[in-house]
This record gives sequence, C-alpha cells and structure tokens, in this order.
Amino acid sequence: MATTTPTATPGPKLNHIGLPVIEYRGGKSTLCAGCGHNAISERIIDAMFEMGVEPERMMKMSGIGCSSKSPAYFMSRSHSFNSVHGRMPSVSTGAHLANHQLQMLGVSGDGDTASIGVGQFVHLMRRNLPMIYIIEDNGVYGLTKGQFSATADLGSKLKTGIINDLPAIDTCALAIQLGATFVGRSFSGDKKQLLAMLKAAISHKGTVMLDVISPCVTFNDHEGSTKSYKFMQEFDEPINEVGFVASFEDIAVDYNSGEIYDVEMHDGSSLRLRKLHEDYDPTDKANAVRTLMEAEEKNEVLTGVFYINTEKPTFTDLLNLVDEPLSTLPESMTRPPKEALDRLMSSLQ
Amino acid sequence: MATGDLALGQEQGAIKARARIINDFSINVATVNGSGSQSANSVLLKSIFGMGIPVSGKNLFPSNIAGLPTWYTIRASKDGYVARTRDAEILVALNAETAKQDIEALPTGGVAIYEESQNLKQYRDDVACYPVPFDKITAAVCSEAKLRKLVRNMVYVGVLAQLLSIDLTVVEGGLRKQFAKKQKVFELNFGAVKAGFEYAQEKLPKQDPFMLEAMDETAGKIIIDGNAAAGMGAVFAGVTVVAWYPITPSTSLIEATTDLLKKFRVTPEGKATFAVVQAEDELAAIGMVLGAGWGGARSMTSTSGPGISLMAEFAGLGYFAEIPGVIFDVQRTGPSTGMPTRTSQADLLSTAFLSHGDTKHVVLLPGSVKECFEFGYAAFDLSERLQTPVFVLTDLDLGMNNWMSEQFDYPDKPLDRGKVLTAEDLQRLGSFARYRDVDGDAIGWRTLPGTRHPKAAYFTRGSGHNDAAGYTEKPHEYVALMERLARKFENARKLVPAPVVVKDGSSKVGFLAYGTTDFALRESRDQLKKENDVDVDYMRIRAYPFAHEIHDFVASHERVYVVEQDRDAQLASLLKLDLPAEQVVKLRSILHYNGLPIDARTITEEFVTKEGL
Repeated sequence: MATTTPTATPGPKLNHIGLPVIEYRGGKSTLCAGCGHNAISERIIDAMFEMGVEPERMMKMSGIGCSSKSPAYFMSRSHSFNSVHGRMPSVSTGAHLANHQLQMLGVSGDGDTASIGVGQFVHLMRRNLPMIYIIEDNGVYGLTKGQFSATADLGSKLKTGIINDLPAIDTCALAIQLGATFVGRSFSGDKKQLLAMLKAAISHKGTVMLDVISPCVTFNDHEGSTKSYKFMQEFDEPINEVGFVASFEDIAVDYNSGEIYDVEMHDGSSLRLRKLHEDYDPTDKANAVRTLMEAEEKNEVLTGVFYINTEKPTFTDLLNLVDEPLSTLPESMTRPPKEALDRLMSSLQ
Repeated sequence: MATGDLALGQEQGAIKARARIINDFSINVATVNGSGSQSANSVLLKSIFGMGIPVSGKNLFPSNIAGLPTWYTIRASKDGYVARTRDAEILVALNAETAKQDIEALPTGGVAIYEESQNLKQYRDDVACYPVPFDKITAAVCSEAKLRKLVRNMVYVGVLAQLLSIDLTVVEGGLRKQFAKKQKVFELNFGAVKAGFEYAQEKLPKQDPFMLEAMDETAGKIIIDGNAAAGMGAVFAGVTVVAWYPITPSTSLIEATTDLLKKFRVTPEGKATFAVVQAEDELAAIGMVLGAGWGGARSMTSTSGPGISLMAEFAGLGYFAEIPGVIFDVQRTGPSTGMPTRTSQADLLSTAFLSHGDTKHVVLLPGSVKECFEFGYAAFDLSERLQTPVFVLTDLDLGMNNWMSEQFDYPDKPLDRGKVLTAEDLQRLGSFARYRDVDGDAIGWRTLPGTRHPKAAYFTRGSGHNDAAGYTEKPHEYVALMERLARKFENARKLVPAPVVVKDGSSKVGFLAYGTTDFALRESRDQLKKENDVDVDYMRIRAYPFAHEIHDFVASHERVYVVEQDRDAQLASLLKLDLPAEQVVKLRSILHYNGLPIDARTITEEFVTKEGL
C-alpha cells in the first residue's frame, strides 16, 4: 500500500512498491517549452508511479520524430528502444516475443504512425499485441519544420497559409476496426482524463491505442489549426468521463449504475466510464466506429474511451508460449538433444 | 566417360558394340509444372542413391503454379560430381509443348523416352528413341481418372529402371518410405512402376550404352536440400523467434524450421518454446528479428533479394545499435524481381554493405548442405558474440535442390550467448556503460530488458550515441564509436569460418570461389588436370570479412581466378576492396550468370582461353 514507514523526517511519498516518483523520471526534455509531448511524459510518469509499475519490468519503445524522442524524458530505469521511422510496431513485436512477461509502452507520432508507419500500425492492431501505443498527435512534422501529417484535418491551415486538402486518417476508428482492444483519445492538456486513461491502459491486457492530441507550439498552434490548444479547449467533446480505481486501492464509490459503464480490467482494477453521451456502449465496436465518423462530420473532437474488449485473446495467447521469457530459456530447453539429430539423420538416409 | 569399362554388350544384341557408359550421365525429365512429377523424380533420385551411386538432382522450375514447363535433372556420377552438366544424355519428354526443343537439345548418342503418339523420332536420327504409350499403360493400372495424371509419372520410373538396370527392389523400398502411411497409394504407384518396367522389358530392346551399376559410395550418407539443412541448423542453435515473409526460394527454409520447432520444441505441457510470425512484409520481419534480438532472444528471418533490399534500413540499425539477429538470404537472380526461380550469387555486395552510411556486415557463405547446417547454428553464436546482424548467404541451387551429404555432426560446443550482464553482475559492478570497450575486443556488455537492477537499463538508438548510450552529436564521440565498430569488424575475420584450402601446391595460378560454385569448380579442376595437365590451386572462401589466409593465398600466386555466379564480379570486387593494391592486379574473373547453376565445362573453357593453354 502507498503508506510510508514512520521516520524522523518525512521522506518523499512512496508508491505501493515503495518507490518515490523521482524513480520514474527521465532525462531533461529537449522538446520546445510548452510542447504537448512534455505534458504527456509527465502523465506517463504519474500513471506509472501511481500504478506502482516496476520500472525494470517496462520497456519503452518508439519510432522517429519529436514524439519518439520523448521516452528519453521519462522512466530512465526502463530499457528503451528508439528504432526507425514508422517501424516501432515490428520492433515491439519482437521485443515482446523475447520477453512476454514485461509490459511495454510505445510512443509514436502522427507522421510515424499514420504516414510512414501505417502499414506496421495496421498489423500491430490486428495482432492485439499486449502494449500501450500512444500517438502524440499534433498533425505536423516538427523536426522537418512543419509539414502536414496524415492526421491533419481537412481544411486546417499551416502557419504558411497552406490549407490541407486531404482527409485525416482517424487512427482511433482504424484501430477499433482492426482489432485493438482498448482505444481512446485524449488531449495533452486534460490532466485528469489522460491520467485515468493511462492508468487503465497499464491494467489492460492487449493492444491499447491512445491518440493524444498534443499541440505543436512551434508549427501548429495558430488560428486555423485544428490541433491547437485553443481549438481543443473549444471543441473537445468527451464521450465519457474516465474514472479508474486500481486493484490495490480500496475505494468504495457510490454511483448510479445507469450512469456508469464499469469495466473490470485484467488485473482486477476498474475502469469507470461515466456516460456523457446517451447510452454510449464502449464494447460495441460498430457503434464506436459510427460515432467517430459522425463526430468527424460535425467537426467535433471526441475524447474518452471509445472501445474496450477485455476478452479477446492477445497475440501471445495465440502463440501458446511457455510462461518463461523466450530470451532466457536454458539451452536444455532450446537446443534439441543429440538423439534428435541422430533421428533426423537416419530418416534422411 | 566410360573409363576403361570396355565390356561389350554381347548378351544384349541391341546394344551397339561400343563401351557402355556406367554411372556417369544425366537424366532430364521434362514435364508440365503442377503435374505432380516431384514424387517420381524423388523416387528415381533416391533409388540411384540406394544403389550406392553418387547422385544429385536439380529442379528447374518456372515462377508459376501450374501449366508452364519444368525440368528435373538427375546426375549419376561415379566420381562423385554433383554440379550441373551442360547436356543431359537421357531425356524423358513428357511435355508436348517443349518436346521438340528438348529432343533437339540432346547430344548425339543420347536417349529419348517419350509418349508414343508424339513421334519425336522425326527430329533426330542420332539418338536412341524409346516411344512409350504412357496413357495406355497408366489407364490399365489406374482405374480412377483423376489420379492418372500423378500415377503416369511413375511409369517413366519403371521404364528407366528397366533401361538403366535400376534395382526394382530399391525402387520399391523408396516408394514404401515415401508413402509410409498410405498402403493403397504405395500399391497404385508401385503398380505403375512395374507396368512401365514390364512394358520396356517386352517392347523396348536396349539400344543405348547408359547403365547403372551398384556401387558403395552412399553408405551412411543422407539426402537433403540446403533450406532444410539451414533450418535444422537454426533449430539446433536454439532459435526462439522466427519472423518472415513468404518469398521464393527461401520459403521452404522457414517451413523446415517451423516443422522441426513443432517436433522438438514443445514442452510436455504442450507449450511452445518458440514463436514463428508471418510478418506483413520483410521490413516488419527484420524489425521483429531486431526487437527480439534486443530483448535477448535468438531470432532469425529468411528471405531473398527483394526482401534483402527492403531490410536495408533496419540492417543499418542492427549494425549501429549493435543488435544480434540472423538473416538467411537464399539468393535468386535479380535485379528487381529478376527470375525468381533461378539461381544467382549476386546479392553478395548488397548484403555485405546493406544500409546507408558506413555499414558493413558479417556474411557467412556455406558451400554445401552440411555447411548450411553448421553455419546455420554458428551464425547465432557469432551474432550474439559480435552483437551484430549476421547474414547467411546461400542460393536457390543449394537451398532448393537435393544434395547428397555426409551426416551432420551435433554441435560440439554449448551455445555462445555473448556478453550479457545479469542483475548479480550489476550488483557487483555498480553500473555499466553499454558501448564501452572494457575488454579490448571492441565489444561492449549489454543487459536485457527485464533485468531487475536499477542500473540495468540503457537507451538503444540508431542516432549518434556515446559509450554510455547517451545521445551525442559530438565529433570525437562519433568517431570513437565508428572506429570501435571497425575494430570489431576487423576482429571478426578471426571468428568467422576460415577458408578451406582445397589445394595449395606449387601452382602459380589459383582459384577463389564460394558457395555452390565449388561443385563445378572441383570438377573443372579435375578436367584441367586430365585434359591440360595443370593442377590449379584452390581456396574456398566461407565468410566475409575475409580471413587473413585469403590475403596470403592471393599473395602466394601470380594470378588468381575468382569464379562466381554474377555479372559484376562481386566477390572479386569485395576482395579488391580488402587486398593491398599490389595484390589487386592479380585478380581475374570467371563469371556465369544465366540463372542456371554454373557447370564445370564453362569454367574449364574460360580458364583455358584466358590462360592461353
């Protein structure tokens, strides 16, 4: 439990595995001041700390871009792999297969996911690989100085005045349709919602896909942008209010069951979704996709948990792997004995 | 040729009074793709093998599911030669579409067996013709019309058995093994063999000199294709993660690997100690391999040229971030799609330097199915020891054809998992720097994700990094890293399989080659000895970076012919980059790149011309 042992001088607050929040911090961010990505890193730190995740049992993955740099800015005690552009999914798949006992959090961007990486993204979602996949979504390429990405909304405007004339890829609708089992959208400026969603994500077994609108203060935070702080403050339309009670927390909450959609997570935690839109059922896949498409037509930015399925087998389940990590299986379990080769040789004579 | 065997065929009046040719010829079976001739060809090959005669088989097939012409050649060679020959002496013409072209390709004195109605005799009067009513014979032994297409192939096995004196009991034994659990199928097929045999006995008096006679040259040997052998090597390396994308001619390597994993790597509780993932493309396959290698698993993929091209970016990441992984490349002809079912050695340069920047890779070059197995497992040890991707380069000829081989030996050393620090090590050391060369071997120590120590983690990246794995753009840190990587590569010369000295005598001239070129080159050397009285030295290269012995070999000869199966002299080019300038001028090339496996005569003729013999 998150209680400190009595000492003469009160130390820092410890989480339920006895670590202070500083053990979840990373290096100093080199992103722009005010970048949404920094706020997301902060929420990841909070979520990991509050959930009592053992840092050594988490792997941080990323592709290439501003967003993909951010794993350097949280959880230095976790192994991290900043891979190649758009290919975080395949590297993550391999890393998971090497040690499926570990948890994995990946940070990608809208370019990394929806343009160069859309092929691997699609197949990751299909596989329901256990990992948290975060898109830090600002609609532009930052490191190359502000070109549109494939999540930029139709009609949105660059600082240079260029209007985007192609429709946006809705990564949430795509992820739901393809088989991800926990799909939501949040906003880097919404501390409460994002934290609750991240904590629930940590409790989920399967692919969690979170599209987090994260304004780029340098290239896409102006009038005419649909990924700006101002736009989000105005048009953010939560579909549900996300609440989360971890399995180790002993909190009794009174609520009217008609108002709350209560989902029991894999680790025994509860995801409590207070209905804001009438009767939105986050387990109804077709309805989730329809709702997102309708919102797009109305120019609303829906946030919240759109879809959750705690039953679907993960990729690991389908592979029927031994419980131990494949990486450290002893030779006696991986190299067949001499008799096996002898048998093969005699069958080939 | 018929060395000294001058027994005249007096007992069979039809045999012309000339030397019989025993255990030294090739059979070419021309069929239509998808007609199911594989079983018949396999039985034929194994029957000759069962008679103790050295034999090899090559499938020349189209990139097509069914309908296009396909040829299977079987070479029996009392001297143990297994390379392709330019001409096959015996033709079984079962493809009406190519029959004319096939019979025209026969050498004088050859043999043609064909469907009676085809009347191929009209095209050649200098070959022995054996018309056979295949359809009639088949119909008599096979009442089910839909099976006739398959059974028909067994009839030529019977005809050949009679004409060439193949022991019918050996054929029977081979068929029983092939259809072990299907008695009815066996009976049907063997019935067709017997019907063909009896027809030939009755109606086809022997009129050619080709015969098979039992020898004792295959006892204890096995027959296997290179892909199956390489897959076996990977399994005996304890591979745990296999990610791949289907591509000819490498697919059967993964299939073989998967079959063996299912056989040997499922726990008594029914759980898998392996994961095989069919990826969405080769980019994902290599990404998974590197993710798994980073995570500490023994991981592999297998592909061919187009896949290699797609893997380029990741290959550079593997080299620069120092991540193990094994990549099999079963080479086919390029450029681009090229001829997907034809063989080549033209991926050497692209794999050796795969990716942008100053990238170079360790490439193993097996020259036999036995080495496919041995390098198949050695590649994993090397990759984890050197913390870098390792490529194993075979080709379609080696990978997809059946080869006779000594039995494979069980690995004599335990797995080498390389330099990995555990939590206990870190407890003792206090901390570590991922890319620091603490041992002077240019290889740092790594930790695996999941290691329960607060100092275990490090940040892996393909961007500039210092020895503590921190991001850097500092010139001296970048140079230090690149120089250490170069030192590591230099050290690999001593760790990779050493070249094989086939002959290093007093000759002023030498041969260098790798992979399947070896089969033809050995035969060519014998031809040169016999016909031109020259005994050319020969060293077979088995890996890149090149071992120092290769430099010494070039230094000790006046001229060195590099024999390879590509247009651009890729092996010679790679050697030129490696050798001192005064040695480079000694290199000459003998090249073969028409998609067919190289043959001995091509090498001999070119050598004789170039040397002015």
